[in-house]
Amino acid sequence: MQRIGVFVCHCGTNIAATVDVKKVVELVRFEPGVVHAEDYPYMCSEVGQQKIAEAIKEKQLTGVVVCSCSPRMHEATFRNCAEKAGLNPYMVEVANIREHCSWIHKDMEEATKKAVILARAAIAKVNLNTPLQAGESPVVKRALVIGGGIAGIQTAIDIAEAGYKVDIVEKTPSIGGRMSQLDKTFPTLDCSSCILTPKMVEVSTHPNITIHTYSEVDKVSGFVGNFTVDIKKKARSVDLDKCTGCGVCQQKCPMKKVPNEFNRELNTRSAIYTPFAQAVPNVPVIDREHCLMFKTGKCGVCSKVCQAGAVDYEQQDEIITEKYGAIVVATGFDIIKLDKYDEYAYSQSPDVITSLELERIMNAAGPTNGHLERMSDHKPPKNMVFIQCVGSRCADHRGKSYCSKICCMYTAKHAMLIRDKYPDVNVTVFYIDVRTPGKNFDEFYRRAVEQYHVNYIKGQVGKVAPQPDGSLLVQGVDLIDNKQIVMNADMVVLAAAIEPNPDIRKIATMLTASIDTNNFLTEAHAKLRPVESPTAGIFLSGVTQGPKDIPETVSQAGAAAVKVIGLLAKDKLKTNPCTAKCDVMMCNGCSTCANVCPYGAITYEDQEVRGPGVREVRRVAQVNVALCQGCGACTGACPSGAMDLQGFSNRQLISEVDAICR
Amino acid sequence: MQGLIDRLSALLSDGTVARVLGWKKGDMPYNPEPHMFETAESLKDFVYDGFCGANLSKMMIEASKLEGKTAVCLKPCDSYSFNQLIREHRVDRENAYIIGVGCRGKLDIDKARANGIKGIEEVSGTELDGPDSVSFKTIYGDKEMSYSDLLLGRCHVCKGKEHMIYDELWGESKDTADSERFDEVKALEAMSPAERFEFFKKELSKCIRCNACRNVCPACSCRKCAFDNNNFDSQQKANVDSFEEKMFHIIRAFHVAGRCTDCGECSRVCPEGIPLHLFNRKFIKDIDELYGEFQAGKDPEAQSPLTDYTFEDCEPGIVAERSNG
Repeated sequence: MQRIGVFVCHCGTNIAATVDVKKVVELVRFEPGVVHAEDYPYMCSEVGQQKIAEAIKEKQLTGVVVCSCSPRMHEATFRNCAEKAGLNPYMVEVANIREHCSWIHKDMEEATKKAVILARAAIAKVNLNTPLQAGESPVVKRALVIGGGIAGIQTAIDIAEAGYKVDIVEKTPSIGGRMSQLDKTFPTLDCSSCILTPKMVEVSTHPNITIHTYSEVDKVSGFVGNFTVDIKKKARSVDLDKCTGCGVCQQKCPMKKVPNEFNRELNTRSAIYTPFAQAVPNVPVIDREHCLMFKTGKCGVCSKVCQAGAVDYEQQDEIITEKYGAIVVATGFDIIKLDKYDEYAYSQSPDVITSLELERIMNAAGPTNGHLERMSDHKPPKNMVFIQCVGSRCADHRGKSYCSKICCMYTAKHAMLIRDKYPDVNVTVFYIDVRTPGKNFDEFYRRAVEQYHVNYIKGQVGKVAPQPDGSLLVQGVDLIDNKQIVMNADMVVLAAAIEPNPDIRKIATMLTASIDTNNFLTEAHAKLRPVESPTAGIFLSGVTQGPKDIPETVSQAGAAAVKVIGLLAKDKLKTNPCTAKCDVMMCNGCSTCANVCPYGAITYEDQEVRGPGVREVRRVAQVNVALCQGCGACTGACPSGAMDLQGFSNRQLISEVDAICR
Repeated sequence: MQGLIDRLSALLSDGTVARVLGWKKGDMPYNPEPHMFETAESLKDFVYDGFCGANLSKMMIEASKLEGKTAVCLKPCDSYSFNQLIREHRVDRENAYIIGVGCRGKLDIDKARANGIKGIEEVSGTELDGPDSVSFKTIYGDKEMSYSDLLLGRCHVCKGKEHMIYDELWGESKDTADSERFDEVKALEAMSPAERFEFFKKELSKCIRCNACRNVCPACSCRKCAFDNNNFDSQQKANVDSFEEKMFHIIRAFHVAGRCTDCGECSRVCPEGIPLHLFNRKFIKDIDELYGEFQAGKDPEAQSPLTDYTFEDCEPGIVAERSNG
């Protein structure tokens, strides 16, 4: 029989205001195994911990239950405290009577009843707890960054500067990401490429950084400190080492009708292409879907004109396998598809464009060489209308419930740049709210209104209708003057909501990192651990975690790097001793557990099994505790119950349920 | 049948196999029982007729541990169970010599009894190449019934005449399916939850926990059943209400989900006539609908949808939505 001490925390009034703490103490005192019960305002304080340590020594406790906040907050605190007092840390259990009880209930009687039940379940579990010993695992001193946009670039540079090796995996032919598509950046209006390209060069020349462009993460196994990742390097069809980046192949390529993704398909590119002039690496790829050589077998112009002999039609996709200690996800965003917003006529008129398309139009390297013109007739516009929150802050299911955060500022930027360069163009912005919480942000917006006389109208647009004369009829509402507005525009710019890169679902599944309903990666703690995933060893950088502008992305990328450096600086990590264990007497050898194990921790071997009346060689499961993460999938799948999770045994879980149902 | 016996004798005599797993005449003409034949002479008691419904796959778990090969007679539907056992590493394919025996559906003696045929002394016409009607000699005189009217319930949803695995075939098979596989499940689904609970309460109240279903089920092949595991305090726990004991069947259905081939042995052997296959078939229908059609035992290499994950898998929420709807 265990000798269990129960410690009930008030958490100031967090728990005590809703749960009758004294009553909990009195009621749990008579639970099986309990020899000591007390309460204290802050169990996590030094005095509180002292009380636990003293009780362990004086009452010779063999188990401890702390009724307090979530184990995610203070389980480690109480386990360390018990360990110092001479108790195995895994003999400590936390009953969560704050998040699971006091915070979500109002009625004191009900909440107290529930707190007692939760305590009872934890006591029932501790009665069956056994001391466990943590092992150690080495840390691979190399990090992987998925995504080569500004977030990934900054994280990689910061990790590399600390002296660790970093690999960047980028899906497209060049690093640079969304930022490379932007023209100017708010609130300083410096040119996006002018500030980005030095970083691209730095990352590409850094001795600690390896860049895999045109590559994707194919498979991830392992765990914190020791991930094994398969990277699929798609066939570029151009030799990275031989190519000099002269560009002749792109000029001569006869297939020039391929929609140019980099310019948001506003113009076309050749089948062999580098996405933009400052691309890193400055080596083209052949788009095999459109290349005549791959489609018809007849062409080969690029190969003929290449002086360096770099074009290689035979190149195959290649899978490389690398080991990493940490993985950073920096997969960024795209803007939402606008097919559900037909009222804005995006699909009907080429003069209704997204803000990202306007970035390309305004950019000197863009489809119009930087001249502001209508895509339909290439005439300069006289009246421009910007519509905010297209799909952001959306109450219905067409868009996103969240604020995309960057649109207010980039729209002010666009309006200002247009008014500055083309003072005769009238600019009107329809908005719900203008949100400018950032350093020098509101000043920037005020400049657009006061200095550049941009016409801001609080209200939404209901309809954009293309007219026979090629203009656009905009029907909106002005909420301040409480009137309907009908106006003519030559161009309409939609501030479409941003959403995480759609690939994130696949990547999150491979990493067993959790994502929220909007496909943003979830943090380990929204406030206190914002750059870590709940999955150990996975870190978040940039918009993959939530909408962000460039300054915020760069700060967060640096924060993620610090977390990675902190991990890679350790030589060994303590492993979780709560691993699966196979009872060979019960094991059927059916391999079901090995099939469901996400970590490849289970193998089978023929082993002599001895027991009452049994002595035979059987095929039985073996758990590699270095790989097992204690997820418990095997224990659920095992038909006979041979697989059990130490620290969370079937018997412990059932006794908890029994205690709750008692 | 003599041809089959001759072939089995030859396999025993030339040393291809060390023993034969087949069926032996029972004490009644309609209850042959599984038997291991060690010698050619003993095969005189071998029988293979319409009443040989027993699925011999599970017995191969023990047989494949013995020295030398075992010849086993498997009907088309039995071969699915055998494949599933290969997949679970429970039988050794190398130690089995599979005779894929033909089948034109197996018979249910209770169908004859329900038709007023009692006091049966002799039955004829049930052999594989027999006529379309079965003749009974009873103490009340001679009776006759058509072969198809006597078929086991499971044969009306026959999985087909193909053997999934075999070393050699003997005899012609016939696909006896004449109704939709999931008709019975659809009828259950059409009930209200309360009606359905009443239906199962009534059916399961007949259960005497004889464990025949568990003992015959090829998927219930654990060395030690979870119900016999003394690691759980629940083992000797008293029941809270009369239905709790019946949870056995529901838990058993969960344990074999994704592995059950729908061989129907549970319902065939139940002495109380409980339609136990309905639980399993409901799971099969759900798996088909949620993860795409899957037949356990069709391919020993195929991954069961319940122990596999693909990006196309439905979200767990869909299951909740369905059960609400």
